[in-house]
Amino acid sequence: MAMTVQLDVVSAEEKIFSGLVESVQVTGSEGELGVLPFHAPLLTTLKPGMVRIVKQFGEEHLIYVAGGVLEVQPDNITVLADVAVRGEDLDEQAALDAQKRAEEAMQHASADFNYAEAAAQLAEAIAQLRVIQKMRKK
Amino acid sequence: MAGGKEIKSKIGSINNTRKITSAMEKVAVSKMRKAQDRVAATRPYAEGMRKVIGNVAQGSLEYRHPYLAEREVKRVGYIVISTDRGLCGGLNTNEFKKVAIELKSWKEKGVDTEFAIIGNKAAAFFKRFGGKVVAAQAGSGDVPRLADVIGSVQVMLKAFDEGRIDRLFLVYNKFVNTMKQEPVIDQLLPLPKTDLAKREHSWDYIYEPDPKPILDMLLSRYIESQVYQGVVENSASEQAARMVAMKAATDNAGNLMDDLKLVYNKARQAAITQELSEIVAGAAAVG
Repeated sequence: MAMTVQLDVVSAEEKIFSGLVESVQVTGSEGELGVLPFHAPLLTTLKPGMVRIVKQFGEEHLIYVAGGVLEVQPDNITVLADVAVRGEDLDEQAALDAQKRAEEAMQHASADFNYAEAAAQLAEAIAQLRVIQKMRKK
Repeated sequence: MAGGKEIKSKIGSINNTRKITSAMEKVAVSKMRKAQDRVAATRPYAEGMRKVIGNVAQGSLEYRHPYLAEREVKRVGYIVISTDRGLCGGLNTNEFKKVAIELKSWKEKGVDTEFAIIGNKAAAFFKRFGGKVVAAQAGSGDVPRLADVIGSVQVMLKAFDEGRIDRLFLVYNKFVNTMKQEPVIDQLLPLPKTDLAKREHSWDYIYEPDPKPILDMLLSRYIESQVYQGVVENSASEQAARMVAMKAATDNAGNLMDDLKLVYNKARQAAITQELSEIVAGAAAVG
């Protein structure tokens, strides 16, 4: 049997996932990273992106997170997400709309326009769409 | 009929009060359910945060964040969370009593105190009680938002950063269950060391990107989440305490009304008896 490690994914609103996993993949601020059981202690911030979980016995799960913190201990992993949505609960149309809005806002920049905010919204929308596409491919 | 009318109007007014308290009870019941769901929803995050911070406090980190270092205590800060409205039994009173006891022991040690308060009741209490209030926040309503608490938290964190306070505590009513709410005082800063199984060798995290920004973000988020959790718990406690208090008031009003009805009926009976005996006596005198 494959080795497993306890994983908790919590957002400010709810507990998204808690259970034993064989591996987990996240989008860290420095790039994608995968974590297996007995990983050395690690602390990193997360970018908007997906969390790919391989549960015990190989079942896969996708979760979208809009940023947060990942803490890894040899015997447990915690994802403290700002906002987290289970892959199957994502709304593709809403994400597409958000992407369009953010892109338009960036093209027609006005005086009181907050570039950083729009860029962050765009990044979130794109990350959501990527999760949705991944779900489709499965 | 001596006093019959007075008793009747008294019964009427008690009945009106009872209607109000029973309506308040029903409102509190429905609000409490929602507040309870909110507590259940936010607890996992606060607990996850506490677990991570517990680990952080145990590690021997290359970057010693000021929030982790114990200093000599000259001034302490309290964030006191209370309700905005009254009529919730002894909830606030018990909490303030606990704070007052702590303050006394600090005073004996010659330590000054500072307060950041959330909620009208605490504001009123510290106005009477005295004490240096550096931040006040009220009117967050039944659905507390994170944005409501950040102001007070920032003031206290700044005071800690500048060395004006050396310890920071959070006071709120913990929601245990509908019948039980406990006032608790938690130490926020410096981070209390968990006495969970200590590891023998010293270890440090791998940081991506650098330790300082991550720890800064993590720790201020931790404080915010703990304070927010306190506000949410306090709001659930408020509704539960109000529900119980209003139920007791409604029951009391019912008992009072029963007693008064008995007195009223006795008075009416006595008046009738008197009238009858007067008539009989009158008739006897004539005949």
